[in-house]
Amino acid sequence: MNSISKYFSDLFRGISSLWAGMRVTGKYFVSPGQIVTQQYPENRATLKMEPRFKGEIIMPHDENNQHKCTGCGICEMNCPNGSIEIITDRVPNADGKPERVIDKHIFHLSMCTFCGLCVKTCPSDALAFGQEFEHAVFDRHKLTKVLNQPGSSLKKEAKK
Amino acid sequence: MNTDMSSKIYDFSTLTGSIDAALNSWMSPGLAVLTELVIIGLVFLIFYALLGLFLVYLERKVCAVIQNRVGPNRVGKWGLLQTIADLIKLLMKELIPIRKADHLLFILAPFIVIIASFMAMGAVPFAKGLHVLDFNIGVFYVMAVSSLGVVGILIAGWSSNSKYSLIGAMRSGAQIVSYELSVGLSLMAIVVFSGTMSLSEIIESQVNGWWIFKGHIPAFIAFIVFLIASTAEINRGPFDLAEAESELTAGFHTEYSGIKFAFFFLAEYINMFIVAALGATVFLGGWMPLHIGNWEGFNQVMDYIPSIVWFFTKTFFIIYVIMWFKWTFPRLRIDQLLTLEWKFLLPISMVNILLIAFLALMHWHF
Repeated sequence: MNSISKYFSDLFRGISSLWAGMRVTGKYFVSPGQIVTQQYPENRATLKMEPRFKGEIIMPHDENNQHKCTGCGICEMNCPNGSIEIITDRVPNADGKPERVIDKHIFHLSMCTFCGLCVKTCPSDALAFGQEFEHAVFDRHKLTKVLNQPGSSLKKEAKK
Repeated sequence: MNTDMSSKIYDFSTLTGSIDAALNSWMSPGLAVLTELVIIGLVFLIFYALLGLFLVYLERKVCAVIQNRVGPNRVGKWGLLQTIADLIKLLMKELIPIRKADHLLFILAPFIVIIASFMAMGAVPFAKGLHVLDFNIGVFYVMAVSSLGVVGILIAGWSSNSKYSLIGAMRSGAQIVSYELSVGLSLMAIVVFSGTMSLSEIIESQVNGWWIFKGHIPAFIAFIVFLIASTAEINRGPFDLAEAESELTAGFHTEYSGIKFAFFFLAEYINMFIVAALGATVFLGGWMPLHIGNWEGFNQVMDYIPSIVWFFTKTFFIIYVIMWFKWTFPRLRIDQLLTLEWKFLLPISMVNILLIAFLALMHWHF
């Protein structure tokens, strides 16, 4: 008797769970408004990128053309495939002491795997991910980018 | 049975009869029959190809919408030409010869599969009077012929000389041998009700309501069992163990390429259509419009919709349900597959057919 009731409870439990699955897919079928596909070249003007998207490495500059990179080289050391090169310079500051500033922060997009270690390890949060993703070029040298803008300078944080 | 109720429906036999008369007036009877055979063959070939292309497109669209995607949308309007582009690609691909394969059988297998589905298609009643082979054992014929396809699958698996193919073919054999029983018993239910195996007479018997409504709950159970078992019989998901991309690469057609692969692919989709057409004919009235008992006015309004529209609407409804199964359920393991058949579907359909025999005996159905 027990096995018979188990047989029928198995049967009806199976049917109800199958029906639950079919309800979910059936609901998706009748609600085309939920379609998540982005039809890319057509919706290029209205395309909205999510902030988490890792398009490229950028160095944000503020309105005074100042960035936060001190040229410490931690990002260069952490990059697993050597896609960051930093060329530093020593210039005397206001007190006459020589101080390290970056001359060029070179980013090789062609070698980058977007692991994010440089962004994560930067002690002064100078690097960030940009949302630009249309990187196709005909000459691969164009993929080597200088992240600091010409004439930019280090943003001095107020001493705490 | 009040058969003159559906006399308003356009009868395609007037059209085919006039073609027959015209051909007979132009040429000798033997030649006329030959010409008719050629015409029917050509019509079926074109219908087969177009239907296959459309079903592949439909499958991709349905699965895309179920998965919240758009599906093919680049080639032609709404991607309608996508499958034609795929066909051209497959036609131009190389037919790779397999060393150490059994060459004759290897080449023969896709043709067996496709011929089996072709033969089954011949007995499908598309509309009133549009019926190529009206056997008095139509249901039996379709079942017998459609299960020939598995011979092709087994030959394909054996002759490819590949482990994946052989495992896929053996699974397919086990599956079809088991599920054939449930399909047969569920169709038998309606054969008991209508008292005939001829597909045209089964349709005529549904003039005052489809069997799924007239046969009470047992007919509905038979319909569900038929849907499940026939999905298994045409090797579609969730019963696609014979192909099982993730385990057997492609199962029995792993070694096939180009148009020979396309033959298997096409036959699979056409088999889906045949199964759906058979289900629609037997359970949902085929080309018979929705008639309710003696509601004369309602029945006459329904008769204005052409019978071919009714047939294709019902068939595509069942095709949609089969696709819905495929894109909802995960694939069964082989032991689960056989458990489902031998421990659940077969006992249920056996009890069901007893119940139906009792109902038919007592004339409790409408």
